[in-house]
Amino acid sequence: MSDYNFAYLDEQTKRMIRRAILKGLAIPGYQVPFASREMPMPYGWGTGGVQVSAAVLTPDDTFKVIDQGADDTTNAVSIRRFFEKTADVAVTEATGEASVIQTRHRIPEQDLRADQILVYQVPIPEPLRFLEPSEVETRKMHALEEYGLMHVKLYEDISQHGAIATSYAYPVKVEGRYVMDPSPIPKFDNPKLNMAGIQLFGAGREQRIYAVPPYTDVVSLDFEDYPFEASKADHACDLCGATDSYLDELIVDDSGKRMFMCSDTDYCCSRRKAGHIGAQGVPYAEDAA
Amino acid sequence: MQAKILEGGFVEAPTDSARAFRQIMTAMAQPGTINTVVGAQPPAPLSVATGVVLLTMCDPETPVFLTPKFDTDEVRAWITFHTGAPFAEANNAAFAVGAWDDLPLHDFAIGTSEYPDRSATLIVETDHLSVTGATLRGPGIKDKATLSLPDVAAFRNNALLFPLGLDFIFTCQSDLAALPRTTKVS
Repeated sequence: MSDYNFAYLDEQTKRMIRRAILKGLAIPGYQVPFASREMPMPYGWGTGGVQVSAAVLTPDDTFKVIDQGADDTTNAVSIRRFFEKTADVAVTEATGEASVIQTRHRIPEQDLRADQILVYQVPIPEPLRFLEPSEVETRKMHALEEYGLMHVKLYEDISQHGAIATSYAYPVKVEGRYVMDPSPIPKFDNPKLNMAGIQLFGAGREQRIYAVPPYTDVVSLDFEDYPFEASKADHACDLCGATDSYLDELIVDDSGKRMFMCSDTDYCCSRRKAGHIGAQGVPYAEDAA
Repeated sequence: MQAKILEGGFVEAPTDSARAFRQIMTAMAQPGTINTVVGAQPPAPLSVATGVVLLTMCDPETPVFLTPKFDTDEVRAWITFHTGAPFAEANNAAFAVGAWDDLPLHDFAIGTSEYPDRSATLIVETDHLSVTGATLRGPGIKDKATLSLPDVAAFRNNALLFPLGLDFIFTCQSDLAALPRTTKVS
């Protein structure tokens, strides 16, 4: 602990990030440029989220990290340990006990409260980037609220596939103004972007921070005749039997046998602890893991 | 005098500013809530909350504007010693400190259409801060909230500039509340 400044970053860097966070909250959905620092992990491993977490964490916080919903993957474990070491925070895997949750590509199934903060790791913050490679142009498009190209993209989805095929990083419009990339969360999670907690987005390599305050109007883009649909695998979780959670599909043997299970490990685990058993599940107590 | 300006900063800067920022951020994310901050003892007429905001947010990269009432040698020396922030005219300021009636609202940067974040944040010293008064609606507010605001028309005009505009932090002793440009005041 004494070898590092609190939460790893130096104070001036944290002030710079904190100013960007405040402006981000004041202009929901707008990407605030910030001077992203080198972190002790490669770009693409959550350096943006880590810098945002470092700027908001206090020693009184309880910190949770999920990677695609799971608490026990390499990325989640290493980031959790990083802040355990440098910020001396308590850590948890339980969504309800955490005050700050850093996430890669999921929103927890359990609704967040007003006193919780969700920090997203964002790879490409610019929703228009794959349609228009020039930053000068996309900045102009945001300034002029010129989002026709995004609707053309969704329309082309429909003309080619018969439905909007975009299934993750599904573009949203925030407070009727900025089109925003909600990071690569499945579109199943999009309705949860209207939440009571504070949502902060950090993109380290792309040097952008943006935010969605609580109860902000977040609308997934769609068409009147092709309305937005928060889709998931049409199945129940094979471990806990949940029908309302986002599912991962796993191939479990050489003959291609499939299994669906909750992507949110804490949600699945707490359901199993409460006695829910899925089609291929076993009672929680008998499970050695 | 000289020794006095050296005092009143954060005792444990990294953790004090982390706790203070969480209160400031919560205030900005939830307009209409009042949060309490501690850790700064700035010279009068600065309030504790204004001192905490300055210590938490300002550094050599953020020009600060002071209205005449707050522009004393002691205040300047305290801000310079503890934050290193330069002083500027209103049009170049990133942060401003003053009472509501003294702030030249039309002179501050409101951002540009391509960079709406390049706008000033005004720290407004008030004698009274409570959750009664003008009605607030918008991001961060579930249905509606109320807050004692010094004006209504000015904030309504500011909200019309969205996504440009000014952001406000109201301070009163150790309490602070915030009003981002997105809040609709009536």
